[in-house]
Formats: sequence, structure tokens, C-alpha cells
Amino acid sequence: MSNAAAHPHAIATPIVTAETRTILLLLGVGFLALMTYYFIGLDQGMTSVFGNSTVLHEFFHDGRHFLGYPCH
Amino acid sequence: MEKKLIGRGVLAGGLAGLLAFAFARIFAEPVIQKAIDYESGRDAAQAALDKAAGIAATAHEHEMFSRTIQADVGIGVGLILFGAAMGALFAIAYVICIGRTGRLRPRPLALLVAAAGFLTLYLVPFVKYPANPPAVGHEDTVRDRGTLYLVMVIAAVLLMMVAVYAGQRLQARFGNWTSSLIAGAGYLVAIGVVMLVLPQLGHLSANVEEYGRHATETPLPLRGPDGAIVYPGFPADVLSQFRLYSVGAQLILWTTIGLVFAPLAERLLAPEVERAGAGRGQPARV
Repeated sequence: MSNAAAHPHAIATPIVTAETRTILLLLGVGFLALMTYYFIGLDQGMTSVFGNSTVLHEFFHDGRHFLGYPCH
Repeated sequence: MEKKLIGRGVLAGGLAGLLAFAFARIFAEPVIQKAIDYESGRDAAQAALDKAAGIAATAHEHEMFSRTIQADVGIGVGLILFGAAMGALFAIAYVICIGRTGRLRPRPLALLVAAAGFLTLYLVPFVKYPANPPAVGHEDTVRDRGTLYLVMVIAAVLLMMVAVYAGQRLQARFGNWTSSLIAGAGYLVAIGVVMLVLPQLGHLSANVEEYGRHATETPLPLRGPDGAIVYPGFPADVLSQFRLYSVGAQLILWTTIGLVFAPLAERLLAPEVERAGAGRGQPARV
């Protein structure tokens, strides 16, 4: 609680510490979020993990342009 | 606790994506349609020129999804998923910040983290490589453009982390106000250098070879063999409207994430805040 004494109205302790379980959770969620970012915006455009197909590209077409991703 | 916060973040993000979709459907889709109409008209004019010059017409690409599906469903699913992903990234940054940001309360912290997300994941990259409507952007440079855009996003995020860290280190010496200003100014200078070093899209070698040296890939007027303009360049109003709405949608998205998440986090974290206040033998002021 030494932190709380220094900052009387602060939240006492960091939630995220060097604990492995927490770090793995954050890494897992971060990975899923970045995969989503990639598949909405970039796959089957600049590069493709689903091979030579444009289903994702065409489906998200308007969103890609609108969200600022490079397209076409 | 962190699981609950991340869940709330994803939820807030999904809702934010839904609002951004409503905005996009009403305001942006008519503009996107204008851009697509321009593109079709230009392709037709180009085909006519090719025919006159005796060049065989290239096969017309078939449409996999109708415009209705793209404009009503595709962009909706895209924006909601994008919102949820951004909500997750936002929540990760938020839980890392908790307990490390001095006297900042849960709600203002939510707004600051959302502002950082808007800046680093969208607005700063946009300043260098702005969003483009259909018809703007050449097919053969998409790989380069994708890479450059990601470099901008990564630089914006990493430099923001450095700026926040440096600002916190300077805080002990200069106080909140001055250290924030120093860190902010440092961020501007550093990101400015990155923007200066990265090439303009029109200067990519494939573009210079085919179209000459222009700053961007925005279509110029199409000229016939005699040099007369047979089809106009891309309409400036459509371009500026599209970009304005693009910024508007991201502003709606990130503002919603911050405003929806803030009270949820406040409620989750309230017991912790009270304990911190009780540590001094005083009731916590909320």
C-alpha cells in the first residue's frame, strides 16, 4: 500500500504484473485482435493466407476503403 | 479483474462499431457509390479508347458480391468486427495502465487511452496515407501501400509508448503539465521525421514508370490520342467527403469505446479505489 500513500486517490496496485497467467491472457487476446485487424483489412489484398481468392476482399470491400486500409 | 475489463472492452468496441456502421450506411455509402460510378465510367471510356486503338478488350471482372451485400452487410460486419478488435486492444492498454498512472481516475483514463488508440491506430497513419475511396489506388502497388501503411501504424504506436514512458519519467522533475507538453512535442517531432522519410505513394517506382511523377495515385483526367480530355480526373468533392466521413466514423468509434467503457470500468474498479482511500484513514472521494 506504499503506492496508495504516495497517491492518496490512486488505484492502489497495478492489476497487470509479471504474473505469467495474466501476461499469457493479454498476449492471447492481443493476438486474436490483431488477426481480426489483419483479416478485415489486409488479407487477400497485399498478401493472402487463403491463397488466390478474393472472397474476404470483396465482402469487406467498402469497410476496407472506409477504415483507411490500402485497397486495390 | 483483467478478464472482466477485457470483456467490457470488446463489448464497448462492438457497440462502437455498430454506431460507426449506422453513420457509414447513411453518410458514406452514397459517396462510395459515386466513386464506384466514376470508376465504371472511366473503365468504359478506357475500353472505348483501347478499341479505337485496336487493343483487345480485357475481360470484365465478375462481381462476387452484389453492391447491396457490400454496402449493407459487408461494411456492417467489417465495422463491428473492427470495433470489437479495437475494443480488445484498448482494454489491453487500459489494464496495463491501471495502477501506473498516478492519481488519474478510471474514467478519465478510459478517455485518454481511447484518444491514444484513435491517434495511433488511425489518425496519425491517415495524415501520411489517407483513406481512399474506390477508384483511387493502383492494383500493382497494393503490396507496397499495405507495407507502408503498417509501418506508419507501428511507428505511431511505438513512438506513443516511448512518449508516455518518457513523460512519466520526466514527471518527477517537471510536474504533470510540463512533462506532458515535452512528451507531446517529442512525439510530434519524431512522427514528423518518420513521415518525411517514408515515400509518397505517387513516388513508388511502379507508379513513376507508368504514370509519371505525381504525389498521389488519385486518377488524373483520361486523355485521348490527340491529348484532349475524354474523361475527367477523380472528383475532388467526392474525395474530400469520403475522407471527412472516414475520420468521422473513427471518431465515433473511439469516442464510443471510451465513453461506454469509462463507467463500466469505474464500477468494476470502485472497491479498489475505496481501499486506496481507506489506506489513509479517510473516506475515498469519488
